[in-house]
Amino acid sequence: MNITRRQMLILLPAAAVAWEAVLAGTPEASSNYKMSDHWWGMLIDIPKCIGCGNCVRACQTENDVPDGHFRTWVERYHRSDWPMTESGEVTANPLIVPEVISPDGGKEGFPVATDESGKYFFVPKMCNHCADSPCTQVCPVGATFISPDGVVLVDQTYCLGCAYCVQACPYGCRYIHPTKEVADKCTLCYHRITKGLTTACCEACPTGARQLVDLKDPKDPIHEFLKTHSVQVLKPQMATGAKLFYNDLDGSVR
Amino acid sequence: MNGVEGYMYPNEITLYWSVLIVLYPYITGLVAGAFILASLERVFRVEAVKPTYRLALLTALAFLLVAPLPLVLHLGHPFRSPEMYFTPHSTSAMAMFGYVYMWYLMAVLVFEIWLDYRREIVLLSQSSTGLLRLIYKVMTLGSTNISPRSLAIDERVGWIVTLIGIPSAFLLHGYVGFIFGSIKANPWWSSPLMPVVFIFSAMVSGIAGVMLLYMGINKLRKQAIDMRCVDTIAMYMFYIYIIDFSLEMLDLVHRIYEANESFNSLNFMVHTKLYFSQIVLQICLGTITPLVLLFLTQVVKLPEIARKYMYVISGCLALIGVLAMRWNVVIGGQLFSKSFLGYTTYKMALATKEGLIVAIFLTLLPLLFLWVLVKLLPPWPEKSAPAPAAAD
Amino acid sequence: MSVFKDAGHLFRFAGLFVLAFLVFLVVRHYVVPKSFGEYGHYRGAAMGEIAAHPAKFAGHDTCEACHSDVADKKSKGKHAHVNCEACHGALFQRLPNPEQPRPNLYKRFVALIIPPAPPDSPLLRHAEDPSSVKPEMPDTAVLCARCHTASAAKPKGFPQVAPADHSNGVPCETCHQPHNPAIDAGGAK
Repeated sequence: MNITRRQMLILLPAAAVAWEAVLAGTPEASSNYKMSDHWWGMLIDIPKCIGCGNCVRACQTENDVPDGHFRTWVERYHRSDWPMTESGEVTANPLIVPEVISPDGGKEGFPVATDESGKYFFVPKMCNHCADSPCTQVCPVGATFISPDGVVLVDQTYCLGCAYCVQACPYGCRYIHPTKEVADKCTLCYHRITKGLTTACCEACPTGARQLVDLKDPKDPIHEFLKTHSVQVLKPQMATGAKLFYNDLDGSVR
Repeated sequence: MNGVEGYMYPNEITLYWSVLIVLYPYITGLVAGAFILASLERVFRVEAVKPTYRLALLTALAFLLVAPLPLVLHLGHPFRSPEMYFTPHSTSAMAMFGYVYMWYLMAVLVFEIWLDYRREIVLLSQSSTGLLRLIYKVMTLGSTNISPRSLAIDERVGWIVTLIGIPSAFLLHGYVGFIFGSIKANPWWSSPLMPVVFIFSAMVSGIAGVMLLYMGINKLRKQAIDMRCVDTIAMYMFYIYIIDFSLEMLDLVHRIYEANESFNSLNFMVHTKLYFSQIVLQICLGTITPLVLLFLTQVVKLPEIARKYMYVISGCLALIGVLAMRWNVVIGGQLFSKSFLGYTTYKMALATKEGLIVAIFLTLLPLLFLWVLVKLLPPWPEKSAPAPAAAD
Repeated sequence: MSVFKDAGHLFRFAGLFVLAFLVFLVVRHYVVPKSFGEYGHYRGAAMGEIAAHPAKFAGHDTCEACHSDVADKKSKGKHAHVNCEACHGALFQRLPNPEQPRPNLYKRFVALIIPPAPPDSPLLRHAEDPSSVKPEMPDTAVLCARCHTASAAKPKGFPQVAPADHSNGVPCETCHQPHNPAIDAGGAK
């Protein structure tokens, strides 16, 4: 290890710029970030997810997520083959009753699956950063809100901890922080994306199954992706304006 | 693990609305119901229930004073609760609680009680001594005018306040139902019938509560129970309970017939985790049994003593039934996963901030408040009131 | 006139209301945070506060600023799109919180009503002090297996092996160099 070389290198412009971005302050204070220029969301490419749990661990590290609670988690779906008895009767519809597991939110990955029948896939979940979010609608005091750049945030210095937002989220993305006693949830790594970094879960995903997208950026690859792929959001019947886009989402996912 | 069956989203395993949130609509409902009973006499001129008029008002006040306590206690940050007044969020059903509560407490209940008791307050402020005298003096607001003319004005204004109070009572409790009924994410709650069911069950519980209190207090004071009054109250309770039960059954039948995506999950829950509290306690014991008992008192000529027992039993069962209904709504709504793939378990704590002991204390606290109120403002006519002093 | 005289007590009651309302307005003026309503029905300053949290994953650009040799090697192999911190963990590590003494009865009672904020522990920053703060070297037996253990649940095209059959306990890096894992890329060190 050539420490001195690296110590010298850290002063070089490239490192300095990267470093400064990390340490930059508030979004409006950092000159190159304007809230009105962004509208954040995320793309989840289900066929790419291998269920390693890197995102869950990274999120916990980045955001000090307490054990047993999750800002993001991964579910493993197993949609069995069409079940029929010997006399030819159908017993259940696997589209309606898939087998789902998420041991400790998938933080340490998943047990090896040996049953080759049916169809398996992993579904990473997190806050959908809905444009018409039911959780911000119900907050009695305005402690949770959609930021001008489309991120659903919690003002933890103002939150009462009434948990009404937890009840209102159709996706189970919120929880009450056990020691802070306020609502807590995915911030889409707001402290990172406002500094030009991607989210911790995207940074840590080894297969690129998660992509932070900026819908207001015309150069964002999401626009091309949406044109060429079959993309769905979770529980579209909830009409939440979810901005968590799933590629190749199976109908059994809820 | 953790009492989970099937699959829950990992953040759903803990229930965030505990037994205290069960008490909140229950206590609020008792307020609304007691007030409606009081308004029967005042606005609808049902003279038979007059003996309970003042008791009903004081009961409503005693319970209303306690109503926000379970809410505030369950907050993670109780001291931030004034934010509800300072920055109420217009799109939140819960934000309006503060204002509706204040309106109902001050503009309706306290004002009406004050108007109704003003003559006594003024007289007591002159006849009592010591600290009591000071309390009554403050309550007069420095005005000792109890001329017939001023009392006539009070009577007229009180009538208007009661008239405003009826929709206010509906608002107070209907909106509590709306808090649950407007959550589209939760199929167990999301229903336009929810506020209506809440109002009618509230009326049942409030009327039952006041009836029991009236009978109990008269027993303690060794006074005769006015059977005409109790018969009338029981009759109203019976009719309102029929409406309430019909609405609840309508909701149930509608869910069963529509059988939408959540049905299998909810149906399973009602037959397992909620079987005792929903089927046994709420429907069979808490609704059908008192309905049958009350029905008997309406159609069969029964001796007075039998009617009394039946009223007491059906009143108690109704109170249990309505409490079970609140439990099934609040706790039941959090037992199933919004993925419709699993169920969790509610483990009630014992001695924590949201535990059983606090819950029992909060249930009994209104009775303590009522005792103080009754001491301060006796609801029975002239018995303990002092000889009228010359006023004005 | 006498109507007003006989209704005088009502005006007193109304006066109390008006007074309470005025007090409320004054208090409200002072307690509502200044930035409330700046962008919507919330405290505008909250966004700045949330954005000011320190990041722990520094991003591959920060790593590559110094470790350009590794970046070069990685860019030629199958792990080109696996970011540094996906395997090495966050560049900045939080130290475990120092052991807190058990608070006294009074403090525990107060904590029931006003929950205390959890103490913040210091961040160790490898990029600021590369020699003394070093990310842990990952254990390949755990690290590689996490992604590449064969399972019927994984996408079929993803390279996966049953570790026991595949290497019989020989460490992965004996044959595969993690930064460019293909064997013909010169796995053995």
